[in-house]
Amino acid sequence: MNVGMIGYVLEVAQATLALLLAPGLVGLVRWLKARLQNRRGAPVWQPYWELAKLFQKEVVVSSNASWLFRVAPFVVFASTVAVTFLVPILAVPLPFDGVGDLLVVVYLLLLGTFFLSLAGLDPGSPFGGMGASREMTVAALAEPTVALAIFALALSAGSTNLGQIVARTMADPAAAVSPGHLLAFGALFIVTLAETGRLPIDNPATHLELTMIHEAMILEYSGRYLALIEWAAALKLLIFFSLLGNLFVPWGVSVVLTPAALAVAVVSLLAKLAVLAGVVAVLETRIAKLRLFRVPELLSVSFVLALLAVTSSFLLR
Amino acid sequence: MTLADFLLTILLGAYAIGVVAALGARGALGRGLVAGCGLAGALAGVGLGAVCLGTGIVPTVTAPFLPLTGFALRVDGLSAFFLIVIGVVGAAVTVYGFGYSAAYEGRYSLRLLGAMLNVLLLSLSVQVMADNALTFLMAWEAMSLSAYSMVLTEHDRPGTVRAAHWYIALTHAGFAALLAMFLLLSAGDLTTSFAGMRSASLSSGTRDAAFALALLGFGTKAGIAPLHVWLPMAHPVAPSHVSALMSGVVIKMGVYGLLRVTIDLLVGGPPWWGGLVLGVGTVSALLGVLYALMEHDLKRLLAYHSVENVGIIFIGIGAGLMFQSFGLPTLAALGIVAGMYHTINHACFKGLLFLGAGSVVHAMGTRNMEEMGGLIKRMPRTACFFLLGACAISALPPLNGFASEWLVFQTLLGGSAIPQPEVAVVMPIAVAMLALSSGLAAACFVKAFGITFLAIPRSPRAEQAHEAPWSMQAGMATLAVACVALGLAPFAVVPLLGSSLAGLPGVAPTAMEFSLALPLQVPGTSGQMSPLLLALGLVLLLVLVPLALRLLGADRRLRVGDTWGCGRIGQTPRMEYTATAFAELYRPTRDLSIDFHPDSKYFVQSIEYRSEIHPWIERVLYDRPLQGLHRAAIWVRRLQGGSLHLYLFYLTLAFLVLLTAARWWR
Repeated sequence: MNVGMIGYVLEVAQATLALLLAPGLVGLVRWLKARLQNRRGAPVWQPYWELAKLFQKEVVVSSNASWLFRVAPFVVFASTVAVTFLVPILAVPLPFDGVGDLLVVVYLLLLGTFFLSLAGLDPGSPFGGMGASREMTVAALAEPTVALAIFALALSAGSTNLGQIVARTMADPAAAVSPGHLLAFGALFIVTLAETGRLPIDNPATHLELTMIHEAMILEYSGRYLALIEWAAALKLLIFFSLLGNLFVPWGVSVVLTPAALAVAVVSLLAKLAVLAGVVAVLETRIAKLRLFRVPELLSVSFVLALLAVTSSFLLR
Repeated sequence: MTLADFLLTILLGAYAIGVVAALGARGALGRGLVAGCGLAGALAGVGLGAVCLGTGIVPTVTAPFLPLTGFALRVDGLSAFFLIVIGVVGAAVTVYGFGYSAAYEGRYSLRLLGAMLNVLLLSLSVQVMADNALTFLMAWEAMSLSAYSMVLTEHDRPGTVRAAHWYIALTHAGFAALLAMFLLLSAGDLTTSFAGMRSASLSSGTRDAAFALALLGFGTKAGIAPLHVWLPMAHPVAPSHVSALMSGVVIKMGVYGLLRVTIDLLVGGPPWWGGLVLGVGTVSALLGVLYALMEHDLKRLLAYHSVENVGIIFIGIGAGLMFQSFGLPTLAALGIVAGMYHTINHACFKGLLFLGAGSVVHAMGTRNMEEMGGLIKRMPRTACFFLLGACAISALPPLNGFASEWLVFQTLLGGSAIPQPEVAVVMPIAVAMLALSSGLAAACFVKAFGITFLAIPRSPRAEQAHEAPWSMQAGMATLAVACVALGLAPFAVVPLLGSSLAGLPGVAPTAMEFSLALPLQVPGTSGQMSPLLLALGLVLLLVLVPLALRLLGADRRLRVGDTWGCGRIGQTPRMEYTATAFAELYRPTRDLSIDFHPDSKYFVQSIEYRSEIHPWIERVLYDRPLQGLHRAAIWVRRLQGGSLHLYLFYLTLAFLVLLTAARWWR
């Protein structure tokens, strides 16, 4: 097997690993949160059982819904999986780096949100409309912030391709503590909470109509469709965690394709995910959900942080 | 006669015959002839553009068949590109117009509409080929007037005449600016060829004045904030295929003119030129999308998005101009190519969206989104086309809106090459605003598509809506194919756009060096992406995931039930989310006025909800000066005393003053 082939195999392995780890990550956050709140909590692998159960259930579709409602889960899942091929999870550089850069990643995620919001409107339920409206409001502020925050890193790396950004930060460790990087980290962290529907923006555990965003939008989904959406949401959490972990603290990501380096990469990935899961669990235990009308304010803060990050990268280059 | 000359003759001939045929024939034959001639002319235009871009031949015609002398046509790379833009949208629009205007039979003048459509297409094509100011300005005026008469088609509807007045007033203010600019550039002789203007040496003050006038004149046509106010009024009231042509192509003449004058005739200028273009572009992009979010008139919403997208085009061009003045020719070419790419992309997806909206209006008889809903089941093909357009304008990969916005982003990333930090700092701000406006655009189109096409019909008219006839579907399909093709093949489009700049002075000749390799690789910066591979991957995943689910034995049962509603029985359209509610989170003020009982504030006497958008730009920049003008007019009216003696006195006075002035000047 030549080097090129190994790259493609690694791409597929990385995406598969992400797919398999994602529900566990959600389970880990839930378990940590439960322990912090003095509850016993469901085991870490509970989300796997939930997915398996959902895949075995029949689907109920509203009589008002159109074909779009049935296509949307597949679009959401496919676009999220496509993103896992484009972000650095285990190793850089990989053969698909040239297929999409950070803008492709951001807009692919927007593609999923776009279709999911449309599907929220499709059954004609007021909850769906409410969720879609809120989700798009959050996304309209969050997606540009992601783009901007990573743009700040792209400027110092001289490329918008994520693999090169990672490689560049590893070659120049001082860059990791430059003001641009730190501001961008702050912005991306806030946006991670927003994009993955976490407190204080959205509460993944709620089913109270007046406060929920993501859950309201997918209220009409059931069975395998719901499973695909839940899995994609878990995958999105993993993608954002690995962006946070690997773009800002790239050490551990394999740059040579040897088994030892890859093993280190897997271990460091797990460690980074665990640390971030812990941070999110502590945060979700400590803070309450923001009122909906305050959410744009928080997102504006992260947007301005990202803008400052880009500007400082521009000027301090 | 070369192929290019032949195509040029066909182009001019077909449109001219179209005008005559429209005036002569009536009924389906008349509509057919209008569409046929328009289509032939448009296709000839695409062919001419393609031949000129492909072979590098530059046909020059000094129009011999016109009785007036002084008209000159010349096709270079820039004209060829805009001929293609006009042709692609023109072809779709004429075919669509055949079906769409059938509903006008017996109600409005189809002869005038058909003739003016061909006049508009002809004047657009002549304008981009014009080689002197006279030809350009004549075509410009013909374009404005023919568009004006088509805006007035549905003259008996409320608001149409007012919109047309705004349009004609602002477009003539722009025309005045352009006339002044060309008089400055050509030292008073409008028949001076563009080559002559290029070689003229002007003082820097004259050049700055010419640029300012060009930005004013072309900006008015392009709909740049704050000169955009006519656009969201005039575009929606025109017949939908004309709206598509106006939003897709006519406003792009502002872009063409700006490129022609600043890059070609003036050969670039100081950095503030580019900075100004970039600045107004940024403001337009953000304002346009914010106003669009508030709108629930489907066509007005699209019109506001034209303001946004012209803003994005101006961001690209402005960045290009800035790079040019800092001596960075490759990045300059990149910025201009990005602007041009977004020009053709916007022409295609906005044309498609207006045609889709036209089909909805055709079926519903209203533009109000709050009365729509559920149309995806009644008009499935129109819904698909509109969805495609909505995805493209929201810059979702792998469609064309994404490709050109990506290129604009890459251009701005190159901004760090500018040596002066105080100037370079505008680039990250532009990046931020561009990213924000594209995020908001996505939210806006979820609303536009979701409220219009999804869920339960909100009115009886929506329940009885019907699919558009085949000719309208064909028009939409043409532009839909163009959107997909332009999105998937930037590796072919970008070098072509680069080559269209090749003849222009002041822009890098290395524009030719855009990589032909599959990933769109950009000189100066090194971002990479490949929409084609991305699309392949997405399609593959969309096939593999359901297949895997089936193989792994996921449950495939599907039951149709009611929408869940907390136990209530029966769902009515009143329970659905509305367009206004969807954008509620962005609405800065409350429009609720509550009358309390004089004795206690706990007794409400009446509640009034008003949802009206009156943009402050119109209030501050237009309404107040207009009020002043009105007052001045009332004052001036006193001169009109009604007495013959008074008027004789005015005449004598004016005559004496003129004679004295003439004597004095000599």
